[in-house]
Amino acid sequence: MDISRRDIFTVGGKLLILASVGATLKQITGAEPPSDAYRMADHWWGMIVDIDKCIGCGNCVRACSKENNVPEGYFRTWVERYQIDDQIKEVKQPHVESPKGAIDGFPPLARTDGKSFYVPKLCNHCADSPCVQVCPVGATFVSPDGVVLVDQTYCLGCRYCVQACPYGCRYLHPETQTVDKCTLCYHRITKGLTTACCENCPTGARLLVDFKNPKDPVHEILRTNKVQVLKPYMATGAKVYYENLDGQVR
Amino acid sequence: MIPGVDGFMYPNEVELQWSVLIVLYPYITGLVAGAFILASLERVFNVAAVRPTYRLALLTALAFLLVAPLPLQLHLGHPERSFEMYLTPHSSSAMAMFGFVYLWYLTVVLLLEIWLEYRTEIVGLAQSTKGLKRWIYRALTLGSYNISPAARRMDERVGYAVTVIGVPSAFLLHGYVGFIFGSVKANPWWSTPLMPVVFLFSAMVSGIAAVMVLYVVCMKLRKTPIDMRCLDTIARYLFYTFVIDFTLEMLDLIHRTYESDESFRSLDFMVHTRLLFSHVILQIFLGTLVPLALLAANQLWRYSEARRKAMYMTAGALTLVGIFAMRWNVVIGGQLFSKSFLGYTSYKMQMASREGLVAAVLLMLLPFAIFLVLVKLLPPWQGGKAHEA
Repeated sequence: MDISRRDIFTVGGKLLILASVGATLKQITGAEPPSDAYRMADHWWGMIVDIDKCIGCGNCVRACSKENNVPEGYFRTWVERYQIDDQIKEVKQPHVESPKGAIDGFPPLARTDGKSFYVPKLCNHCADSPCVQVCPVGATFVSPDGVVLVDQTYCLGCRYCVQACPYGCRYLHPETQTVDKCTLCYHRITKGLTTACCENCPTGARLLVDFKNPKDPVHEILRTNKVQVLKPYMATGAKVYYENLDGQVR
Repeated sequence: MIPGVDGFMYPNEVELQWSVLIVLYPYITGLVAGAFILASLERVFNVAAVRPTYRLALLTALAFLLVAPLPLQLHLGHPERSFEMYLTPHSSSAMAMFGFVYLWYLTVVLLLEIWLEYRTEIVGLAQSTKGLKRWIYRALTLGSYNISPAARRMDERVGYAVTVIGVPSAFLLHGYVGFIFGSVKANPWWSTPLMPVVFLFSAMVSGIAAVMVLYVVCMKLRKTPIDMRCLDTIARYLFYTFVIDFTLEMLDLIHRTYESDESFRSLDFMVHTRLLFSHVILQIFLGTLVPLALLAANQLWRYSEARRKAMYMTAGALTLVGIFAMRWNVVIGGQLFSKSFLGYTSYKMQMASREGLVAAVLLMLLPFAIFLVLVKLLPPWQGGKAHEA
């Protein structure tokens, strides 16, 4: 994804203005500011999720919730369990569940016939994000390093972005009354750390990737695997790629 | 199992984001646009028969327009930041344009037209009344006391131009509201290019019906005879616009049914269950087919004056309920199903909260209170002859 110089100046300029009136990045996005060594223009963040590796333990949901103080009942990330019956006789809808976003994992499967798998979900940090498009004041934006963030000091709480997100990744924070969502642990990744969900995944099903880093494993993964994004027909430029994604997943 | 949820919803989808207040928003702006278009019938399209409702329609439009932003303000998580939409509007956002479309319509179209229409009387009242009233009317003259024939001719010419601009502006106001919903590609219940057109025609239907009902009620309260030629003409225009509106809505329905895309099973299930009452019974049957039949009967057969009045009033009242149901079904209905198409949630309207039933009822009563004040201040009854020539 190309970022023009103009984009950098536009977003950078806004941040500069906000900084000049005393607003820190933490106040704006709820995230810690990047370290001095971090250059936004050098990164373009995304994630690879391998469905076959996910065991539905819910570690990622718990870690995210704790790391980001996610209010109870709302989710920056969650895991869904799909159970799909034999589709030969008739096409049936899959049985999908995500009890409390899988923060406590899943109960044992009642049935063992058909196929079953887990799908971790999070904001897709879309490059052509419909949520960014519809925000009436530009409070939600794509950072120069490809992360969709919400300026909490600016958000009106109109929730148009919640309606526009095809993936159900946004919610109104009950305390701040502004829209909240996954920041891809911006406060961590700008310090050279990975996200809380990736760090706590016991099987490595989630992998934070930097598309601009030529040494990042993402290039090998995309070159050698069949990958898919969720709802590709929405053409949102989603940057969370799934390996081994079943066609029934929505 | 989460109470009120069937099947699977994405976890953040269970709670509805847009409440009954967002139902009121398109309903109220629709009434504004429709009432204004009825007023313009007389002025731009020279339909002389509706002259008795010209000023009434303008004041109705203004009363509702003044209330239109309130449900949005109450709904916002941070209403104190809403001015940011004027200061730093996001150019790619449909919603960002609301403030500008609203201000344009309020100031350039409606206030200007009403002022020009009433100017002669305002000047007269500023000179003949006493006390507080005198000050109010003096303020309303905006310092212009020239009501010479030449000045009045100029008022008339400018007023005509404003109405000509006003018609597309009214189309813009409500077509735009439809676009806010119609452009959300994530939601198949909303996402259709027909949405702005359907919103526009349903706005005309509701606005015309509202002015028709208000006219009859006002005449009854004032014990003044109803101009039946006027009422028949309004009813005829209501019928025409309703036919177009219903055709468009049916076109949308047939198109969805015939295409039967991925979302169809989900939407079809919803119409047969959670929206059965509000969509099929209230909107389509009671709110559309019954009033259409009553209005159509009047086009085909000649009834007595008393019966016509009763039929028009019934049709008008049902139409207003039907269009409200339509807004409900769009706004609330569009959030009852999961974007995964695998489940359904339900809307639990609160009572006394900021976005509850009480707030909604008060907001619906407020335009009528404003209307009463406007009618006292600028009586619509004796006028409407300024541009008779």
